[in-house]
Amino acid sequence: MQIQVQNLHKSFGELNVLRGIDLEVPKGNVVAIIGPSGSGKTTFLRCLNALEMPNQGLFEFSDGFSLDFSKYPKKNEILKLRRKSGMVFQSYNLFPHKTALENVMEGPVIVQKLNKEEVRARAVSLLEKVGLGEKMDLYPHQLSGGQQQRVGIARALAIEPELMLFDEPTSALDPELVGEVLSVMKELAREGQTMVVVTHELKFAEDVADHVMFIDGGVVVEQGPPKEILKAPKEARTKQFLDRVLNPS
Amino acid sequence: MAKMFLSNFILGAADPLIDWELFWSSIGPMVEGGIRNTIPLTLFSFTFGLILALLTALARLSGNKVLSGIARVYVSAIRGTPLLVQLFIVFFGLPDLGITLDPFPSAVIAFSLNVGAYASEIVRASILSVPKGQWEAGYTIGMTYPQTLRRIILPQATRVSIPPLSNSFISLVKDTSLASQILVVELFRKSQEIAARTYDFLQLYITAAILYWIVCFVLSLVQDRIEKKLDRYVAK
Repeated sequence: MQIQVQNLHKSFGELNVLRGIDLEVPKGNVVAIIGPSGSGKTTFLRCLNALEMPNQGLFEFSDGFSLDFSKYPKKNEILKLRRKSGMVFQSYNLFPHKTALENVMEGPVIVQKLNKEEVRARAVSLLEKVGLGEKMDLYPHQLSGGQQQRVGIARALAIEPELMLFDEPTSALDPELVGEVLSVMKELAREGQTMVVVTHELKFAEDVADHVMFIDGGVVVEQGPPKEILKAPKEARTKQFLDRVLNPS
Repeated sequence: MAKMFLSNFILGAADPLIDWELFWSSIGPMVEGGIRNTIPLTLFSFTFGLILALLTALARLSGNKVLSGIARVYVSAIRGTPLLVQLFIVFFGLPDLGITLDPFPSAVIAFSLNVGAYASEIVRASILSVPKGQWEAGYTIGMTYPQTLRRIILPQATRVSIPPLSNSFISLVKDTSLASQILVVELFRKSQEIAARTYDFLQLYITAAILYWIVCFVLSLVQDRIEKKLDRYVAK
């Protein structure tokens, strides 16, 4: 297992958003998380990176690193957890005052304190990999949404994370730009990158994911191989959700 | 009538409004006062004031109740009292506690505290104007709070804060004239000293006013340049 999460709880005040979620991601696997809005799926993903601090839950990584949230973790434990995963945001969150290349170089240079010239070479190849070799000296506002999101992916990959987290990476994009981002993600999956993806793209989940989790009301309602969950769900809530997504009117 | 006014008073026939001889002999000392005291006083006070403002803003933004409480009281006390009174407390008041400072350092302390309080609100608002996602993006690539603040948040907050901070800076240039009241021989005090000798109040004070105006005008040109430079990464 690349990462194993047990019994994750998160509440905002009185509101229990996550009520005991377990997750196991074998190395090289892609887990897709689907669910209605307000189900807690994004909160769950953000907990994996401690952007939201879980109230309870045990994280275990393949290298033996583990973190128990039943007591508030120390600062350096949180940093260590964050350096294990790369996050791709729905709204890209690129650094607007830095060029595409500088965005990608920031993590390795500032956090990992690696040699700047070596980082630059690797950042250039990452940007080429996401198809933006020509655009690396442009600022985010000079790029389209799809291009910005691909820079976002390259920036997350630059710290060489064991785990890539995607928070609805195509939801803010114009429909014609969704494909270019998904194809980069498919390529990553093919290369064996371990990924957890919160998504509304059921086709993507079906084609790429090894495992699909349907979350609603802060619990995992149903999970399994994409064909089972997406084509032959057992639970009524899953059926209802899929029906609404597939037949919006 | 207007012609007579022009020839008699402005250009200097009968009782000239502009005494050119006095003008040339007074401008030297005033500029000297400006260069030796007004400008250094402004620069030191603004630099220390900004550092204080950043610390105060961070204290206000921190979740720590004690720190943010101290910051609140400081800002409230400085904003709620006149600058002249603050200057008098530092220069004339502290000696009662055995702390006797020269005029210039006294003025730097009072002005720094003053700038620190006012600018802290600007800095705080500028930091808050940076979207939360920028902090998160910094954290997810593994940055610490200070790293994210320094490399991601402050550069963006700076751009937002330049216009209001320029206002503070320009106000400070003019406020340093109050230091004349605690014996700092700056631009305005020079003009007062000469006026006390020559009784040419109008001419000397207008000359002082024009010198302040020139400095502030140059500063607003500098502000424009900085704003243009920092705007390069913003969509237009």
